[in-house]
Amino acid sequence: MAVQFSEEKLNKVKEIIARYPEGKQKSALIPVLHLAQESFGGWLSAETMDYVASLLQLTSIEVYEVATFYSMYNLKPVGKYLFEVCQTGPCMLRGSDDIIAYIREKLNIGVGETTTDGLFTLKTVECLGACGYAPMMQLGKHFREHLTKAKVDEIIAECRREANN
Amino acid sequence: MGRKLLLDKAHIEGIRYYDVYRKNGGYAAAEKALKSMSPDLVTEEVKKSGLRGRGGAGFPTGLKWSFLAKPEGVPRYLVCNADESEPGTFKDRYLMEFLPHLLIEGLLISSFALGANRTYIYIRGEYAWIPDILEEAIREAHKNGWLGKNIQGTGFDLEIYVQRGAGAYICGEETALIESLEGKRGNPRIKPPFPAVKGLWQCPTVVNNVETLAAVVPIINIGGDEYVKIGIGKSTGTKLISACGNINKPGVYEIDMTISVEEFIYSDEYCGGIPNGKRLKACIPGGSSVPILPANLLLKTAKGEPRMMTYESLNDGGFATGSMMGSGGFIVFDEDQCVVRHTLSLARFYHHESCGQCSPCREGTGWMERVLKNIENGKGKMSDIDLLWDIQRKIEGNTICPLGDAAAWPVAAAIRHFRDEFEWHVRNPEEALKRNFGLAHYADPLPVVAAAAV
Ligand SMILES: Cc1cc2nc3c(=O)[nH]c(=O)nc-3n(C[C@H](O)[C@H](O)[C@H](O)COP(=O)(O)O)c2cc1C
Ligand code: SF4
Ligand code: FES
Repeated sequence: MAVQFSEEKLNKVKEIIARYPEGKQKSALIPVLHLAQESFGGWLSAETMDYVASLLQLTSIEVYEVATFYSMYNLKPVGKYLFEVCQTGPCMLRGSDDIIAYIREKLNIGVGETTTDGLFTLKTVECLGACGYAPMMQLGKHFREHLTKAKVDEIIAECRREANN
Repeated sequence: MGRKLLLDKAHIEGIRYYDVYRKNGGYAAAEKALKSMSPDLVTEEVKKSGLRGRGGAGFPTGLKWSFLAKPEGVPRYLVCNADESEPGTFKDRYLMEFLPHLLIEGLLISSFALGANRTYIYIRGEYAWIPDILEEAIREAHKNGWLGKNIQGTGFDLEIYVQRGAGAYICGEETALIESLEGKRGNPRIKPPFPAVKGLWQCPTVVNNVETLAAVVPIINIGGDEYVKIGIGKSTGTKLISACGNINKPGVYEIDMTISVEEFIYSDEYCGGIPNGKRLKACIPGGSSVPILPANLLLKTAKGEPRMMTYESLNDGGFATGSMMGSGGFIVFDEDQCVVRHTLSLARFYHHESCGQCSPCREGTGWMERVLKNIENGKGKMSDIDLLWDIQRKIEGNTICPLGDAAAWPVAAAIRHFRDEFEWHVRNPEEALKRNFGLAHYADPLPVVAAAAV
């Protein structure tokens, strides 16, 4: 698959660049990397990063430097559904350890691993700003809060259903 | 019921949308500022209000604005800090999700005061659904003549843009945020120069927290003099507190800064007490970076006075027996919680989030994490406790940005107030893996030293 944004996404890139003063298009790098990750399989390959560099007239190294700094960029392929479970103190006080253990058991994977069918990846992350609604995880664009074992079961079932459709 | 200035309209159906917001008094402050006040007068009003930065440092906002350099022909920028990544803090998210127009209105008035025509909201990347809400509000404000060229016929121009981060706590530090907004790694800059002189693209820049900028709206509406009357001393106005941990009603509360910590934790209007009949063991009252306090020092100061939810009272006793208001992230521990384990979790957090520029922070945070891991897992030695103390002291004050201090303080406070618990872990390695140290004496009333007659 050649890495190439659709016409619509290219327009989005133009719109992002227009947010900054003339000549400051490097500022578009972080938003455009988000767009690239969403568009090309949920992770950033070297090819994708080189493509972003060419779009923004940056050197490849400028892009790698940034992509490796921020934790939301995946530099390796991930499953179709990425469970990012918060493990920081306030979530821990409300039982996040048990939730992480339960997901590992249910999916039979460790933290950082992907199920063999390529559907699920489990990642632990630091405070996501939902401490009052703990335990919680990010799934795609949204947060899943007040997690219980039953809720985890539901979420997994919901993902499987969606993947089968 | 305390006075509410920010969340008073949060429960009105549809307040997220322009029409409802406007019908309920929205954009009245912007109208007043742009049509009947000069930029300097707006700054003066904010100064009078005594408003202090709500991002954590509590620096007076009006004073900060007055430092902004204004060289001829150079653009100035306002950047709204919506990075909100300090563990325990989730108040800005609430404002942006439910009252986006309040923030837009605050940004408009503040940009007018500072003479900024291009303003950015830098929001943490994980709040991935919120930019849509903000951008919708920006579109509505445009349509109704509150953004764009010649706003309401006043000749003032403003565009507001939303920029997403991508997962880095350090980008909440204002110079790291600016670097990130320029499309780089979030490495804090060495100061001076301060952003007020050389900030975004080397232009004069003010960075303020979401809540700070939202608070400008009620200040203009009621006037600085009126705002000062709410609260105690230099803790003026209202403050959002995000309460979490072992309480019955976690969530975001607006308090006027006149209530006691005890009332905040136990009253049904706020946290509603501790669940399951458990007792209060400890609390981190202002986000993960501020010192943890045992229950007895939290509810009463060392002098035996009730501790209040104000900047000054939370800090009473300095770091020896006090803590800080910080970002307003209020983390409550019941008697079943392990302080060593929680401190380890925070140490891991700071190690993970260190940008790695300064060796005391980069190496020290990793070292603290490893030593704490040993103690928590029953492999610690008594000398490790002193070692930890030593490492945190060597980080504090020796780094480019305050993340180093933020990593050192929680460890220092945990050892200062909970040394028994660390020693118990070392002495009872097997038990430490199975059960916690419990409440011990942390809730016992402190012996109050009778004040010496002067
Ligand atoms: C490591 C670190 C993280 C920070 N994170 C935030 C943050 O998420 N949000 C915020 O408003 N301020 C944060 N700050 C404080 C900012 O540097 C800055 O003081 C603040 O945005 C100024 O706004 P205020 O005066 O309105 O509080 C952080 C500071 C440090 C050192
Ligand atoms: S103190 Fe830590 S986070 Fe701050 S600049 Fe130094 S290494 Fe980076
Ligand atoms: S600690 Fe988990 S969301 Fe804050």
